[in-house]
Amino acid sequence: MARETGESGDTKSTKVKKHKRRKSKKESKTRIVHANILYDHTKGGDNPNRHYANNKIKTTKYTLLSFLPKNLFEQFHRFANVYFVFIALLNFVPVVNAFQPELALAPVVFILSVTAIKDLWEDYRRHRSDKEINHMDCLVYCSSEKRYMEKYWKEIRVGDFIRLRCNEILPADVLLLSSSDPDRLCHIETATLDGETNLKQRQVVRSFIDLDCEFDPSKYNSIIECEKPNNDLNRFRGYIIHRSGRRDGLYKDNLLLRGCTIRNTEEAVGIIIYAGHETKAMLNNNGPRYKRSKLERQMNVDVFWCVIILLVMCLFTAIGHGLWMFQYGDKRPVFDVLSPEGTDLSPVVSSIYLFLTMIIVFQVLIPISLFVSIEIVKICQVYFIHQDMELYDEETDSHLQCRALNITEDLGQMQYIFSDKTGTLTENKMVFRRCTVAGVEYSHDANARRLAMYQEVDSEEEDCTSHGGTLPRRDSVTSHQSGKVVLRSQSTKSHRRTGSRAEAKRASILSKHTAFSSPMEKDITPDPQLMDKVNECSSQMEFMRFHSQPLNHIPPDQCDIFDFFIALTICNTVVVSSPNQPRQKVRRFELKSPVKTIEDFIKRFTPSRLTSGSNSSSSSSLTTNRSSSHKVGCSMLSSPSAESTLTKLNEEKRPEHDLQHAFSPVPPNFDKTKALAQDECELRYEAESPDEAALVYAARAYKCALVGRLPDQVTVELPHLGKLSFELLHTLGFDSTRKRMSVVVKHPLTEQITVYTKGADSVIMDLIRPATDDCKGKRQRKILYKTQNYLNLYAADGLRTLCIAKKVLSKEEYASWLQRHLEAETAIQKREELLFESALRLETNLQLLGATGVEDRLQDGVPETIASLRKAGLQIWVLTGDKQETAINIAYACKLLDPEEEIITLNADSQETCAVLLENSLHYIQAKFLCNPRPDPQAARDYAGIHFSPPVCSPASSGHSSPFLVHRLGLVIDGRTLAYALDKSLEDKFLAVARSCRSVLCCRSTPLQKSMVVKLVRNKLKVMTLAIGDGANDVSMIQVADVGVGISGQEGMQAVMASDFALPRFRYLQKLLLVHGHWCYSRLANMILYFFYKNAMFVALIFWYQFYCGFSGSAMVDQWYLIFFNLMFSAFPQLITGILDKDVSAETLQELPQLYMNGQNSEEYKPYMFWMNMIDAFYQSLICFFIPYFAYVDSDVDLFTWGTPITTLALFTILLHLGIETKTWTWMNWVSIGFSIALFFTVALCYNASCPTCFSPSNTYWTMQKLLVDPTFYLMCVVTPVAALLPRYCYRACQGTLFPNPVHVGRQLDKLPVDMRRLFLSQSQMKLGSLGSLFAPRGPFFPLCRPFQKDYGPRAKQAHMSGTKQKEKAIASPIPSKSMEMPDTPLSSKNSDNHITLNFRIQEKVQSCRQGSDGPLSENLHCAKEPSSPDTGTLPYSKDTPGPRTILDSTGLEAPPSPIDLCQVGLLTSTPLLSQTETMQLMSPPRSCVLGQKLDDEEHSNQKSLLKRAGDVDHTQSSSCLQEHSLKTTFL
Amino acid sequence: MGKKQAGTGPLSRRPDNSAFKQQRLPAWSPSLTAQTVLPTFYILSLVCLFLGVWLLITVQQTHELKVDYTNAGTCDQCFKRQKHAIHNRTTCSCSVSFYNPKNFSGDVFFYYGLRNFHQNLRRYMDSRDDAQMVGRKNNLKAPSTYCAPFDYDAQRVPVAPCGAVANSMFNDSFTVIYYPTNDVEVQVPLYRKGIAWYTDKNVKYRNPPTNNTFTLRQAFEGTIRPLYWQRPVYELDDTDSNNNGFINDDLIVWMREAAFPNFKKLYGVLNRAQGHFNQGLPSGNYSISIIYNFPVEPFQGQKELVISMVTWFGGQNYFLPIAYLVTGGLILVAAIVLTMVFVKVGKKGKNMEE
Repeated sequence: MARETGESGDTKSTKVKKHKRRKSKKESKTRIVHANILYDHTKGGDNPNRHYANNKIKTTKYTLLSFLPKNLFEQFHRFANVYFVFIALLNFVPVVNAFQPELALAPVVFILSVTAIKDLWEDYRRHRSDKEINHMDCLVYCSSEKRYMEKYWKEIRVGDFIRLRCNEILPADVLLLSSSDPDRLCHIETATLDGETNLKQRQVVRSFIDLDCEFDPSKYNSIIECEKPNNDLNRFRGYIIHRSGRRDGLYKDNLLLRGCTIRNTEEAVGIIIYAGHETKAMLNNNGPRYKRSKLERQMNVDVFWCVIILLVMCLFTAIGHGLWMFQYGDKRPVFDVLSPEGTDLSPVVSSIYLFLTMIIVFQVLIPISLFVSIEIVKICQVYFIHQDMELYDEETDSHLQCRALNITEDLGQMQYIFSDKTGTLTENKMVFRRCTVAGVEYSHDANARRLAMYQEVDSEEEDCTSHGGTLPRRDSVTSHQSGKVVLRSQSTKSHRRTGSRAEAKRASILSKHTAFSSPMEKDITPDPQLMDKVNECSSQMEFMRFHSQPLNHIPPDQCDIFDFFIALTICNTVVVSSPNQPRQKVRRFELKSPVKTIEDFIKRFTPSRLTSGSNSSSSSSLTTNRSSSHKVGCSMLSSPSAESTLTKLNEEKRPEHDLQHAFSPVPPNFDKTKALAQDECELRYEAESPDEAALVYAARAYKCALVGRLPDQVTVELPHLGKLSFELLHTLGFDSTRKRMSVVVKHPLTEQITVYTKGADSVIMDLIRPATDDCKGKRQRKILYKTQNYLNLYAADGLRTLCIAKKVLSKEEYASWLQRHLEAETAIQKREELLFESALRLETNLQLLGATGVEDRLQDGVPETIASLRKAGLQIWVLTGDKQETAINIAYACKLLDPEEEIITLNADSQETCAVLLENSLHYIQAKFLCNPRPDPQAARDYAGIHFSPPVCSPASSGHSSPFLVHRLGLVIDGRTLAYALDKSLEDKFLAVARSCRSVLCCRSTPLQKSMVVKLVRNKLKVMTLAIGDGANDVSMIQVADVGVGISGQEGMQAVMASDFALPRFRYLQKLLLVHGHWCYSRLANMILYFFYKNAMFVALIFWYQFYCGFSGSAMVDQWYLIFFNLMFSAFPQLITGILDKDVSAETLQELPQLYMNGQNSEEYKPYMFWMNMIDAFYQSLICFFIPYFAYVDSDVDLFTWGTPITTLALFTILLHLGIETKTWTWMNWVSIGFSIALFFTVALCYNASCPTCFSPSNTYWTMQKLLVDPTFYLMCVVTPVAALLPRYCYRACQGTLFPNPVHVGRQLDKLPVDMRRLFLSQSQMKLGSLGSLFAPRGPFFPLCRPFQKDYGPRAKQAHMSGTKQKEKAIASPIPSKSMEMPDTPLSSKNSDNHITLNFRIQEKVQSCRQGSDGPLSENLHCAKEPSSPDTGTLPYSKDTPGPRTILDSTGLEAPPSPIDLCQVGLLTSTPLLSQTETMQLMSPPRSCVLGQKLDDEEHSNQKSLLKRAGDVDHTQSSSCLQEHSLKTTFL
Repeated sequence: MGKKQAGTGPLSRRPDNSAFKQQRLPAWSPSLTAQTVLPTFYILSLVCLFLGVWLLITVQQTHELKVDYTNAGTCDQCFKRQKHAIHNRTTCSCSVSFYNPKNFSGDVFFYYGLRNFHQNLRRYMDSRDDAQMVGRKNNLKAPSTYCAPFDYDAQRVPVAPCGAVANSMFNDSFTVIYYPTNDVEVQVPLYRKGIAWYTDKNVKYRNPPTNNTFTLRQAFEGTIRPLYWQRPVYELDDTDSNNNGFINDDLIVWMREAAFPNFKKLYGVLNRAQGHFNQGLPSGNYSISIIYNFPVEPFQGQKELVISMVTWFGGQNYFLPIAYLVTGGLILVAAIVLTMVFVKVGKKGKNMEE
């Protein structure tokens, strides 16, 4: 490449460059980058890169010069500002002016300058941080010095070569040209970009990979052509053109992005491609979001009303003035002033002028300071939320972030919560729990005990998560022991208080390199049984290899185990690294790139090259830098004792370890983990998803440790076998459509091309090779069946299940596949699709190896949070991508679903079945609840405490077609059905069903579906929605919802970036919503209402005066008072109240979540309240006007001597009004009110004494001073506010006593001493007290369902009575009696036989059935007893669950079900928890199946789950349904 | 970008545990319950009622007498004359007699009252130049534009005092004559000075600087009197040269614009030095002789003479005491109603707290 050098090259290159530049101008779609050093001699103007932005960043909006015009321009985007400026300018027109023009400008200028100062300050901060960044150092190659020189970031230009060292931050987007890494890799951490802390690999540009010596910039003379700067982080395309004319493609793997940190790489050299603002990081940087809150929208409506009131008042005055002028006719009175020109003004013209004047005079009605005040209050609210100790997470040292500053009050008005499951409700810390290999289950009891130990340490109150259901009761001794070990393996520090998780988390934060590895996930206690098998298997392998026997003779069981662990270890994208020093890797002798061409393939698979065995041994011998413990391990493992048993191994090992850990007599089992934990310090696994890491750690626990991963090779360390290097041929990455990932490797032992696939069980099970009939096939079928059973069990346990499968490819198969795959890889168009198809082609006919169960632990306090949020009237939907069973179980665990409530499960295969299912569910709900006049006994009992929502059948509520109440129902719907249900034709029905359910669970939903659901609910139900999630898949949902909350957890920062609020944990949502949301809402709502009142009241005073001054627009309030009243005199107290007022204390708000409904129903600020406030304002202004009027009428009072008292009275009244509305008085309230009054008098006195001529035309000289010695003034000051505020005070006094709303009760509770309050609260939960009745009349969501009642007490009592009566009745009736008795009997595996399932059946002849039926009530019940599998006994929550039963009130269904007219299209099964694995599936088998299935339904009920799964998988309606059916049954 | 992380230790971002930041400031939260509301109500109503009664008693000892002379008595003539010829500069004298039924004890104030005269019109009120009225030379010669169209006359000569307010100054004058039952008629002596606010007389209104050689007349050289005035501003008071120019009491009183269209302005205070009027104004027959200048017909106005006593809290006005009594009564009613309500519902309220 360095062929052409010297002068000729130089001149030539300039020519080329010129040519290129011309070209580049033509085709503007690309950017061409040359090396700058080539142009150092020439003038800067010739440099082709000079047009590109340099690396100096400037995020400031303004410069010193542009600040004023630009800022003003921006501020005038707000309509209100334009309006006020317009009014101020109107004052300069002499015919209409009302005030001294300069003075009229004051408020606008004040408001504008406050905002401007705020902007300026923010800009200055940006400027400072810019400067700091711009002055960071980096090494840039300097051609004159022929070495790298330190330069500032801002001096870097596109085309510069820079050298990067480890842990340096990238200054710009750099194309990687060289790396010190032997594999020409460079690792970067992209945490600042996307928050993902795992390392990512970047590769040197292909043409530079082969360079043996160090990269020399001076020899570089290629030209890079790439795409224009864009903001897509995951995309970079281009090519590099060498002097030779060769072109090489550039991909995103070659580009290092600005802001990332170099890790694990000693040194790297690259050329700058994009700099400064053109870097991808900067292009991605967009500012905070602007949302408008519901309250603000409502406020804007009322601002609009204010404008209308203003216009009406102005019009009224203008007409009045016209008439007033008209009455004098031609005789002009002496006091009527002509126009300045001396001409007469006609009444019409005069009134037009007056109209404009009045707009100026009444401008106060549109509160100029409202917008500023709201902003100030919101900033303070955000500040307080930030400061809340209880929202601070010690583990992560992070607190809540408010990213959207202006929707804090929306938090108090939420109605629906849409939550992600993984990472939001759960910790997204995957813990390996159990696995099954080749049909044998390894329960990992010790591991479970260890985890239980964590849990115990973790949370003080154990009961919050009822995880341990499946666990055998741990005996204290073992748990103690394991606990000791666990603790020791982490750190010697004691951490009782914070919990081990906290400790782990902190540790992981301190070491920046760890992605997902807390000790909890890393330490896996192996199952001894499996451990034995692994050892046995590998030793056998070793033996065979030693004797160079083919490996086929190993029994399939062991083979499977071996493959299983190999798959766990290599079928992933986990990166191995050691934290402290850059990775020292095995330097290979020859370069082996992954298979790129067919020839390559053929060449590489010639026998002579198949030496992977030696390869592995050589590599193991070359591990020079391995830790001592590894060496020990290696030497030990390579000891000739090929047939060494486990005991022998242990014997060998023990002395060493005992030496090392003489102080810790640990059981031998843990010894090994200890040994592994030792080298854990050096080996870290960084995975893209936490469950990958969990699996790799699990495999390592079985000594199958991943020790190295290169792009084309994976090194695994195995017991006995030592290090094995798997040649990695392809990695087919995970995607959400395929739901699996695969690796294609060449097995070093068998030398076969093997595909390892790992994926969701539903997918993998479908791809399993159909069993043949021979004995092998039989075994496989057995494995399949068993595995499926275990998978169900795992799912029931709430574990995330993954299936592991493999496939051996013959060379021919591989060759043919490879050919098409390579085509796909090289395709230009539709490459992704082709690759996808290629992957599908490969992943067929798999052989099932086993399955894993990984636990995703619930976060702390999730059940409590959900329970209290639900009590708060929030409807919680969980939208998850997980599978149905897992989701349901997590839902039970976090108390989203209640074992006592029924679940409607919707699984449909087609649009039609979905429609019918929805229809049926709707009818079912209606039949069960809706037109059932009595409350459901269940609900009555549960809501008997405080939250009492009687299911009433009330017609036409809240403008919707039919009333909806939330019943004790759960709805589970899967992704596919959801897709149908979200169709335009069905969405209404779906919503109708969903909204009547207490909880909704959408499984297997895609990100798009999530956002569609949120959008649907938001738009159709007109409710406030909150979406909470943590991962990239929740981003769309978060963005769609009214309030998006991101969990700053494990899965990167995308969710946080898109969110309005970022929480460290889910449980903080409780305080955020219930306390801060409530406060923010009620504070702001009250403040806004008060603002409207205040301005209306003040303006009305002037309006009344118009009747006495010939509607001439004169004001008795001096212009100063008029203009500054809002801005200064009355501004502070309301701000203080708006910021600090607490209607109910935080404790009570959290203890009584029902108080949250206050905000949901917008009870602080309803439309009528605006008008009530307006009426009150007009009343008060009448009092404030007419008391002084009559007090001074017929006297010699002059205008301002009369007007100043009015101003004073108005101020007093307004402040006292605020006092009535203020709920808590802190010293700040007192100070602010005192300050306001003092300020008014001070200003008034100064103003009235200052200058007798300055403030023309008005002149209030010495007025205030005169007034202060006038007793009338004081007399008025006493009587006027009292009279003005009497009605409101009476109203408030009555309200608090006669018809207190829940908030009042909460306030009264606040006044009680703490223990009294506790007692009361606990009592109120139990019995239906008077407090409970307060909440009664309002349904949680549709408050208008029922008219407001006055006599709650008796009514509520009646309701309660009737509830109990009904209960008795229910017990009396035969069928439910069974169900009622059940709860008392403890669960045993036997009583699950009593399980009752109600299946609705509809014949295929839906039509005829419909005709025959007379409405929904004629749905018929079919009760079927279902034998349940013995496994049910081990299901979780058994201790909580009272018993399996089905509650289906038959009251609405008078006719006993007759089995003859069973009609059903789908099965609508409502069952309690326990049956879920076996019977709960609500499935809609293909139509044609129904007949066949109906026949043997009873017998085959056990297979239902299987069947259902089959239906799940098999999307197409198979024509041979019966065949399929039989196929499934054969699994038995 | 990747900076920040100030502070040390793992918990560096932990918020302060201060009462303010945690919103736990000690606070008094008044609850509007029976126990707190009722005492307030009763006390307030008692205070109001007491004040009301006291004020009522005070007011009842004061008297006020209004004599409308617009077209009463011989003033009828003048009224008619003005009606036909507006802006007639000829003076017209008339007199109106009235009977005073009550003894006015103490200080007695004489006002002239105007009805339906809108001194509070915005454009009228603005039509003045305060800077001129403090005697600034510049403004004397170049009045403020606020005065337009009363700033210059047709010949562009500046008007002093300019503006509509000054132009329309009330220019009737009264002489009140008392007819004692057994004595000769006697003129009621009035203080015509000191009727304006002290600050107005001494701060707000000043004459252009004069001295022994430079008279007031010279100071106003180059200005013209307002259109409706009969005499120039420096000759408003023949009797007292210190009461001329801008510091003329009547002018100052007039310039203080009334708040309502029906208003009265102080004309004089009874001089109680004379024997008849030692104790105030006795009851009996009176007459007023008026120099009738001010036209009220164009705006359907009325002129009157008001004789009034004042109380400690202002003129004779029944409104304030009534307002107090009514408010006190209302509060009392509200308190009683609330008491009944609380008694009825009280048990429930107690339940709530238990």
